[in-house]
Amino acid sequence: MIETLNTQLPTSQPPHTVAPNSVGRVMRLVLLALAPAILLHAVFFGVGILVQVLLAVASAIAAEYVALRLRRQPVRKYLFDGSALITAVLIAMCLPSLAPWWLVVSGTAFGILVAKHLYGGLGSNVFNPAMVGYAVLLVSFPVQLTRWPSPDVAGLATIDLTLLDTLRTIFVGSLPPGTTWDAVTSPTPLDAVRSGLQGGFTLREIQASPTFGLVGGRGWEWINLAVLAGGVWLLVLKIIRWHIPVAVLAGLAMPAAIMHAIDPGSYAGAFFHLTAGASMLGAFFIATDPVSAATTERGKLIYGFGIGFIAYVIRTWGGYPDGMAFAVLLMNLAVPLIDRYTVPRIYGRET
Amino acid sequence: MTTRALTRGGLKLDTHKRRSTTHPLRAATTPEVLVLSVDQHAGSPAVPIVKPGDRVLRGQPIAEPGHGVSAWLHSPVSGIVRTIEPRPSALHRDPSVCIVIENDGANRVFEGQPQPRDDSPQALREHIARGGIVGLGGAIFPTGPKLLRAPERNAHLIVNGAECEPWISCDDMLMRERADQVISGAEIVCRALQAERCTIAVEDDMTEAAQALRAAAKQSKIVPEIVTVPSIYPAGGERQLITALTGHEVPSGKLPQDIGVVCQNVGTVAAVARWIRDGEPLISRIVTVTGSATKDPANLEVLLGTPIATLIADCGGYAAQPARLIMGGTMMGVALDHDRHVVVKGTNCIVAATHEDLEPPGPEMPCIRCGACAEVCPAFLLPQQLHRYVLAGELENLDRYGLIDCIECGCCDYVCPSQIPLVERFRAAKPELVRYLDMRGMAPLARASYEAREARLARLEAERQAQLAEKRRALASKFKNS
Amino acid sequence: MLVATLISAVFAAALASVLLRTTPREIARERLIEAVNAVLPQTQCGRCTFSGCKPYATALVDGVADINHCPPGGNATARLLADLLNRPYKPVDPQFGVTPAQPMVAWIDEEACIGCTKCIQACPVDAIVGASKFMHTVIAAQCTGCELCIPPCPVDCIHLRPTADVPRTAHSAS
Repeated sequence: MIETLNTQLPTSQPPHTVAPNSVGRVMRLVLLALAPAILLHAVFFGVGILVQVLLAVASAIAAEYVALRLRRQPVRKYLFDGSALITAVLIAMCLPSLAPWWLVVSGTAFGILVAKHLYGGLGSNVFNPAMVGYAVLLVSFPVQLTRWPSPDVAGLATIDLTLLDTLRTIFVGSLPPGTTWDAVTSPTPLDAVRSGLQGGFTLREIQASPTFGLVGGRGWEWINLAVLAGGVWLLVLKIIRWHIPVAVLAGLAMPAAIMHAIDPGSYAGAFFHLTAGASMLGAFFIATDPVSAATTERGKLIYGFGIGFIAYVIRTWGGYPDGMAFAVLLMNLAVPLIDRYTVPRIYGRET
Repeated sequence: MTTRALTRGGLKLDTHKRRSTTHPLRAATTPEVLVLSVDQHAGSPAVPIVKPGDRVLRGQPIAEPGHGVSAWLHSPVSGIVRTIEPRPSALHRDPSVCIVIENDGANRVFEGQPQPRDDSPQALREHIARGGIVGLGGAIFPTGPKLLRAPERNAHLIVNGAECEPWISCDDMLMRERADQVISGAEIVCRALQAERCTIAVEDDMTEAAQALRAAAKQSKIVPEIVTVPSIYPAGGERQLITALTGHEVPSGKLPQDIGVVCQNVGTVAAVARWIRDGEPLISRIVTVTGSATKDPANLEVLLGTPIATLIADCGGYAAQPARLIMGGTMMGVALDHDRHVVVKGTNCIVAATHEDLEPPGPEMPCIRCGACAEVCPAFLLPQQLHRYVLAGELENLDRYGLIDCIECGCCDYVCPSQIPLVERFRAAKPELVRYLDMRGMAPLARASYEAREARLARLEAERQAQLAEKRRALASKFKNS
Repeated sequence: MLVATLISAVFAAALASVLLRTTPREIARERLIEAVNAVLPQTQCGRCTFSGCKPYATALVDGVADINHCPPGGNATARLLADLLNRPYKPVDPQFGVTPAQPMVAWIDEEACIGCTKCIQACPVDAIVGASKFMHTVIAAQCTGCELCIPPCPVDCIHLRPTADVPRTAHSAS
């Protein structure tokens, strides 16, 4: 027991206590929430995704380190704040698992160096760095980005690639002898629908093919479900709020449902769109990146809905494998405007 | 009993209140020497009316109100005024004038207290001011002036027992043990206000207090409505509570009285009861002494001017070296640099906190615009946006985004994952914005005065010139004629 | 080719007519001065070296003064002026004075005042009342805190005080 205090006590400004929370904790939980989807991805599309994630993480950390040194920022404080890791993992998840190594490395480096640090680093980037990195790859190397392996489900994958085969494909670019890209890959559900419709087939004919499962593409629908589970977990933990994911999914599902009702033969339904491509990833993990998203409640709803809607438009009438990346970037652009016009009413003031 | 919710924002915090409510209320040791600052209320400092060497009695006025809003100050003990000098203060950056009284231990009571001039509500309000009573919930606004500025009749009196800040339990203990004082104080204030409604708000976890109040209210002439609010911080903030209870918001820049509401803390109305009913001015208050560095936390009835070290000793001393000594709660209180500071009228709680009690903020990171701050803001502001404008010094935007409406509750700081000291920065930016807005508000009037003056000066000059010309002409014609 | 030329000619004519119909330069200047004056604090303190806010506004529009010469307005006003006049923003030049930290008003120590009326003549906004040989007082609600009354006072009985201590009761302008 201490009778008297002789020393001067330290002081602080109120509040004298805070919630045990940090940027690093938020980012770590987001990464953890992505883990089931990545594992499922590996189950369906092979271990390539794990190699891609490792490559992306390594290049993200390297790029982050270089950028921090060049900007004379405290390296130790920012290098492992987790934000670069999320960028890396998201890019890796968007790329085909057998894509060449330089694709993921250059995409990640571009995202971190240009989209993040040239705009002022953590908290200052206008655009989602992962989506900038991905979009750059998509416009520059469209062929490599459409080479998705066939999902290893219901006998769709005819060729079993070993880990060595996978590594050789990624690093050297050569498939095992006797195999061609056509044998290894198959169109993603979104591609299948687009090219099938262009080829004069009806939607029912396209969806009767073995690549399609219960509601969407085989494999894809389960990965999207895993992403959804991770996203819901983040919602429960209050790391993300419901506004953006719900609005994105609504923006995607509503036009899909309407178009499907008008012409079921030519337009895929809401469930197909919700489980195809990067729908769930976009709704729960990409659009919710706080730095580049709208911040007000109403703003988040507008922002999310815009993303879903634009993604639907690009998917349906555009020429890209998926519309999520461009939808996110376009809405990133609109964030200052949205935030400005959705300022909530202040207590005791008229609107 | 009805329950009303905080409209939006706020935090569910660990209250730590149980620790200090296990013991019944008891009196703290009376110190040998009491130090009474003349500047322990909102408004201008009081002016001493005693000299060093004067004998004073318990309850005797020792300082009278200064200009504008101010309050009386009374001696808590009988004794001798030893000195009147500036001393370092817990509340202000600069030392403030203190009256130092040496206790003679005789405890002789001052008999010459004034009486109200008649039994009108107005006289009652004036008489309450003589009791030196100030808002004991923390705002320390003098109660007399507050009542004198309130509507003449039909106000809605809200008695605030929603003690929402963590650790503090003095109001809870007061209501449990002295519910009669609270009720009769509410009765007196209702009479002074000619109020038509009286609501007492308590938090939903204060069941004992609510029961005691209801029992006491049975014997009362007024029928106060006892309402519970959820124990969410800051449900007891004046504006937040008023909105929860009435559904109306206090307009920005206005006072509760502008919407016909007067809000008083339970401690304040109890002090009114002691003054009006028992003739004892505000010379003591209940203080919660708590925190893990306090051996045996409790609520004590403390004479104003008692050193904090005395209170800690009364609670068994320090159990460990405190990491912080906080006057008030952990969200809005002031961290003291030592325990020789004294209890003032606004001291509701002393938290001798260990490192385990307080989660220290980590290194400050850039804002990631997550918006967690906006979700918890009880004033519906966008703290992340305000922070940007504070850093950029954009006063126009600070005005538009409502910095003035920030109540400095600290919720935004608490939840910020980037550990940004938002409230500290907001508080620092307010004076500049206030000055800027004042200047802007003044501008049209100042401009009109300036232009009127310029026009007047020009007119006077023209008239002078005209007179001169007239004189010259007259002179010229005189010469011509001659 | 002919069509293209014709269309261009029509566009050029339309553009020219719009340009030619813009307000005469003198009226535009008057309006700009008015707009600039509207963002100035109207303290009328003269610290910008001009005799009041309107003269400073005129000098700003005519390009003979810079945007950062107004300490009472502070950086916020400098920013507004920079926007309005399309010039680069600069913080207030300390050479012209320091932006006060809180609103101030003049206050006359009425016991010391000898009633010389010098401050009344100096006040640009008629905020001091009093008569020769009689005590003067400041109307706090009208005082801009410009400090112009302080130097002429022969007995140094005028001080600036924070408005928090001397409440401005009547804000007729709001």
